[in-house]
Amino acid sequence: MTKILEFIGKVALFGSRAIADLFSPPFEAGQLGRQLAEIGSRSVPLIAASGFALGAVMTLHTRSTLVTFGAETEIPTVQSLAFFVEIGPLVAGLLLAGRVGSGIGAVLANMRVTEQIDGIESLSIDSFKFLVVPRVLACVIAMPLLTLFMDFSGLLAGFVAEHAASHISFHLYIVRAFASLDWTNFIPPTLKTAVFGFIIGTVSAYFGYTTNEGAQGVGKAATNSVVLSSLLLILSDVILVKCIAFAFPGTAL
Amino acid sequence: MSHDSHTAVSFEDVSKSFGPKKVLSDVSFEVAAGEALCILGRSGTGKSVTLKLIIALLKPDAGKIWIEQDEITNFREQDLSRVRRKMGFLFQDAALFDSVTVYENLALPLIRLTNKSRDEIDFLVDKVLRQVGLAADKKTMPSELSGGMRKRAGLARALVLEPKILLADEPSSGLDRITAAEIDELLLQQKAERQTTLIIVTHDVHGARRVGDRFAVFDHGNLISHGTAAEVEHSDNEIARELISLSC
Repeated sequence: MTKILEFIGKVALFGSRAIADLFSPPFEAGQLGRQLAEIGSRSVPLIAASGFALGAVMTLHTRSTLVTFGAETEIPTVQSLAFFVEIGPLVAGLLLAGRVGSGIGAVLANMRVTEQIDGIESLSIDSFKFLVVPRVLACVIAMPLLTLFMDFSGLLAGFVAEHAASHISFHLYIVRAFASLDWTNFIPPTLKTAVFGFIIGTVSAYFGYTTNEGAQGVGKAATNSVVLSSLLLILSDVILVKCIAFAFPGTAL
Repeated sequence: MSHDSHTAVSFEDVSKSFGPKKVLSDVSFEVAAGEALCILGRSGTGKSVTLKLIIALLKPDAGKIWIEQDEITNFREQDLSRVRRKMGFLFQDAALFDSVTVYENLALPLIRLTNKSRDEIDFLVDKVLRQVGLAADKKTMPSELSGGMRKRAGLARALVLEPKILLADEPSSGLDRITAAEIDELLLQQKAERQTTLIIVTHDVHGARRVGDRFAVFDHGNLISHGTAAEVEHSDNEIARELISLSC
């Protein structure tokens, strides 16, 4: 139990340091740009493809049920609410934890093992600020944007699946999809993913940056980054959904 | 122990442990400015740890470390940064940043730590790369370099800020005799031209004898002999005599 508390304390301190260092110069704009490209742009194909597949599958499943009750006109509404409120943010977060979390963990651990981090320190450069802060910030910025990709590709796939079944027009689908959607169903759930991004960035950077087990530590850091950030992401989602529901009662479906 | 302006590095009763394992035990020595000290010893006797203590990548458990007039043991990070700028470090495996080119590896400290223009940085990087014979490889990624080239690129990065003290961790390990001799030559050139203080951890006795003015021999975390080659050769300690012997 003491070890678990000690670990939680260390990760929390690591995250706090990342936040504190974010506001002190020098600001690593170049590094941030590189990380945004790596974490953000290069995750778009995975996120968009997954969103599309998930959207199509979800329409196929919900359609049969809603048709039974004569409520097939609600398919676009169900699709948009499901994606914008929960599926988009959570699935995008889990996918990013898998793709980026393991990457950050492995890259930083490899840099530690091959003394590249010591190399940076020996050049009088703050390795934490140079390597960790841009990665955490890039995750925080990229996560909501990637969530939008997930939401809209899910919606697009929903339209394609529904159009194939009922020949609904794109205009009518969009009108129905957004008819019951309020801003509070869209903005808070999307912005909550910034917290997911912070969790993914902090946890994976922690495992990579602090590894001390040689080559074996690289694999361990990658695995631990994915497992723990995914777990924390799901747990934090429960808390954030409760907070959002409390702050915006209209979002509770 | 005195810390006059001629002393570049000084250890005073320095000890360091990793968990239950004691790596250095009450080690004291001095390196004069412009001198080349070669640290010899069997593997795992605390030689590389000594270098990392000098550049403050590790903190000692006890004792004091002086870099010129600064006692760095209790320095805060921003003060350490100032002290580290006096030093260059050639890591055993060069520790080049593998995601950027050789040029970017060398330019990074100049961009970050100086106010030089892009043209000045280009000029300096080219100059140092020519010095180590890698002028044609500045756009190459570290993974595309051979062992000897990586070592030379690592040395170029260590030299690019024109350090007063150069620390080298096994500069000839994994290299053939000729390439190792080239690296030694570069170190000697640096010492002769810029009066750089050299502290070199090595297992290569031939190279050490060529480059070193004085020698420190470590065994089980203790400094068992310290002095010129002749002094170590006539030391009471058999291990020290064996390690400095050219026949080994």
